[in-house]
Amino acid sequence: MSAKKNININLKIWRQKNASTKGKMETYKLDNVSTDSSFLEMLDQLNEQLINNQQEPVAFDHDCREGICGMCSLYINGRAHGPDTGTTTCQLHMRKFKDGETIFIEPWRSKAFPVVKDLMVDRSAFDRIQQAGGFVSVNTSGRTIDANATPIRKEDADKAFMAAACIGCGACVATCKNGSAMLFVGAKVSQYALLPQGKVEATERVLNMVRQMDEEGFGNCTNTGACEVECPKGISLENIARMNREYLKASVL
Amino acid sequence: MALDSKIPQGHISEKWTNHKNNLKLVAPNNRPKIDVIVVGTGLAGASAAASLGEMGYNVKAFCFQDSPRRAHSIAAQGGINAAKNYQNDGDSTYRLFYDTIKGGDYRAREANVHRLAEVSSNIIDQCVAQGVPFARDYGGLLDNRSFGGTQVQRTFYAAGQTGQQLLLGAYSALSRQIGLGNVKMYNRHEMLDIVKVDGKARGIIARNLITGELERHSAHAVIIASGGYGNVYFLSTNAMGSNVTASWKVHKKGAHFANPCFVQIHPTCIPVHGTNQAKLTLMSESLRNSGRIWVPAKKEDAEAIRAGKLKPTQIAEEDRDYFLERKYPAFGNLVPRDVASRAAKDVCDAGHGIEANDTNEGVYLDFASEIITKGKQAAFTQGDHNPSDAKIQELGKKWVESKYGNLFTMYEKITDENPYETPMKIYPAVHYTMGGVWVDYNLMSSIPGCFVAGEANFSDHGANRLGASALMQGLADGYFVLPYTVSNYLADEIRTGKISTDTPEFVEAENAVRQSIEQLINNKGTKSVDYFHKKLGLIMWNKVGMARNEKGLTEAIEEIGQLREDFYADVRVPGAANELNQELEKALRVADFIELGQLMAKDALLRKESCGGHFREEYQDAEGETLRDDENFAYVAAWEYNGSDASKSVLHKEELKYEFIKIAARNYK
Repeated sequence: MSAKKNININLKIWRQKNASTKGKMETYKLDNVSTDSSFLEMLDQLNEQLINNQQEPVAFDHDCREGICGMCSLYINGRAHGPDTGTTTCQLHMRKFKDGETIFIEPWRSKAFPVVKDLMVDRSAFDRIQQAGGFVSVNTSGRTIDANATPIRKEDADKAFMAAACIGCGACVATCKNGSAMLFVGAKVSQYALLPQGKVEATERVLNMVRQMDEEGFGNCTNTGACEVECPKGISLENIARMNREYLKASVL
Repeated sequence: MALDSKIPQGHISEKWTNHKNNLKLVAPNNRPKIDVIVVGTGLAGASAAASLGEMGYNVKAFCFQDSPRRAHSIAAQGGINAAKNYQNDGDSTYRLFYDTIKGGDYRAREANVHRLAEVSSNIIDQCVAQGVPFARDYGGLLDNRSFGGTQVQRTFYAAGQTGQQLLLGAYSALSRQIGLGNVKMYNRHEMLDIVKVDGKARGIIARNLITGELERHSAHAVIIASGGYGNVYFLSTNAMGSNVTASWKVHKKGAHFANPCFVQIHPTCIPVHGTNQAKLTLMSESLRNSGRIWVPAKKEDAEAIRAGKLKPTQIAEEDRDYFLERKYPAFGNLVPRDVASRAAKDVCDAGHGIEANDTNEGVYLDFASEIITKGKQAAFTQGDHNPSDAKIQELGKKWVESKYGNLFTMYEKITDENPYETPMKIYPAVHYTMGGVWVDYNLMSSIPGCFVAGEANFSDHGANRLGASALMQGLADGYFVLPYTVSNYLADEIRTGKISTDTPEFVEAENAVRQSIEQLINNKGTKSVDYFHKKLGLIMWNKVGMARNEKGLTEAIEEIGQLREDFYADVRVPGAANELNQELEKALRVADFIELGQLMAKDALLRKESCGGHFREEYQDAEGETLRDDENFAYVAAWEYNGSDASKSVLHKEELKYEFIKIAARNYK
């Protein structure tokens, strides 16, 4: 464990009552933050202070706090999930910040992710993309073939897993200058494209998911690569390339 | 009301098959006329909603998160058990059944557990068909590993993210049904009461968490799959939002709550760092396949480590106490969770703990031996039969990374220490609750039409759950049990027609919820919700935690009663009812946790024996192992609600009969 010490920080946080109200940045001072605290524990501490001072606490999304549910978000000092790489906000720790530092905290900024309140946004567009085709149409009878009847090359299985590791947090969209969701959609398309079980519906899947993605108002990919850098799970840009190939294949056939 | 578990007659291996053959069906043309509500979208809820939607019922699914994909099943790391015997190491349905009953310290229902073992294989087939990317070997077939309490390799996995992959599989099946219009999804909605009409479950009152609006939803059956109640301890490995409210509301309306004191304290979690900590992080049990658990054998070494004067790598091999390998040679580091947790507590209580926090509680989980073993193996496979130490280290670390990479990264992010170079520090933490809403063999609670699945029910794990069995149970309940048993119930509902939400029962339930919300908002006390939650957590951890005794439990009942009064007198919930209000959400949950906590203490007090995760200091053998009392306590304690003072709850007993397994002392030596 790093040397135990507490730091004092200044916070500039986006406050917005609800989707139909205009928001603004508010300033707060928070003392005695343990460097072993996670970023969200720091926000808990701020909220405790606000409640004790009869002020309204800051609303933010979070749940598992172990970097896997994808519910936490936050643009911290101009970066999705903050200054650390390969991490979600809940796994970011205060030892990454300096005593006396001013930290800017904003919600995801994207047309397709409207603000719900303060730092919370509506990411249900992702759900709708998944509903458009992110599945294998197999009934849940359990009466399929034996799980080992179809061997899958380890390399393909591993690649499918790495694509499927996406947590759906939306950092890729938030960080993209075009507000593109192609890393998210590419990862889902890739997972199924790499597995024999997904091949049967490959054509419909990619066409339907991309159509829904466009309808939701996400932008297009211009190969900047910021999404890959900010993705807490290291989802590779290769997945976008694979989706494009799948899309092209589906469109010409 | 007498408890009827409705266990079918016949030999254990035929009960489920015969039962399914005798269950009533609903014809496809009638299903769209029938509404089913599912609360919770974890493995049990999502799989149930997907399956029932696919059958043609009109399903409404609810979750408090912003998407069904966030449910806490997603955080399960290590794996899912299934009796496939792919590794040819002697596994079978019977062995999985036997291991689960024994692991649960003979406090689970035989028939339920056997059914679970029977359907386990189908789960893996189903998930593979859905495109779940399980780990595979170089031949392209599925890989397995070992988990605690077993001597076979029956655990299927996807790195340290098995729960994520399985949940996303169930979520994809659910998404498909949402897309087809068979399931209507209500994100950011929290169930705040169940509505009963003529004694049957007929709907719920839910709060739209964005607008604060209260909504009435009717259905012919209600399925509760809202998870466990580990957050009653404040600090646990559960997600921050995990709560008991849906289960507790059902309990308050007449469903019995079973074995509330059976809580699983997981041995391998990252130790507590300070008072502002909000949650504990698990390090998967799968790590015990490769890691060896130890503390310094000499107390002075432990002291020097805590003072920062010694490093663990400086402690010589002979000065280390690999206490699990020493005490339980047959299972070693892979003893069940309750046994491993208690052993860690014992060595720390004896002064050998290594963590420099308030309690000095922590032990090492060390990968150094495994890195050498696997490094050598890897070198040999490459044709190098005389590898240098550096090469062994390099290849060994690579192997560990491929198996547990995400866990090692997570550990480093949280603790700022590199577990490839120095052993992990770990300590037990609250992880899972075996207790839950009492259900019969059909998974129906004591309220007709109200079914309970997954961690929210009590049925399959007895007094201790084996690793990699929670995922198995969640999916078994949702995919393969509820579709049959819920249909059987609904077969009598085809003439009921649409259920109105304008009846007095719905109005009354909504008014009661509104009142409890207004009471909290208008309270204007001086202390935050977390203040009370933390207080409750401390009472629970200290007195209803890993070791319990009569004095502590009696005090806990008293103290929690007082805490309940203080909470209503002095809690402060800022903001309004008709808006997004996270403090209000927490307050409503903590109010239920307080009542539950008291019931847990009472249940623990009355169970005068030690079994599984329930360790009463008064009842242990000469070596400090649990001492069960099968003559007096081989029963399920099912509690009937009797007012907010849980110490007045009424006990009903369901005798546990072991017809197919010989009940014996649990021995892992």
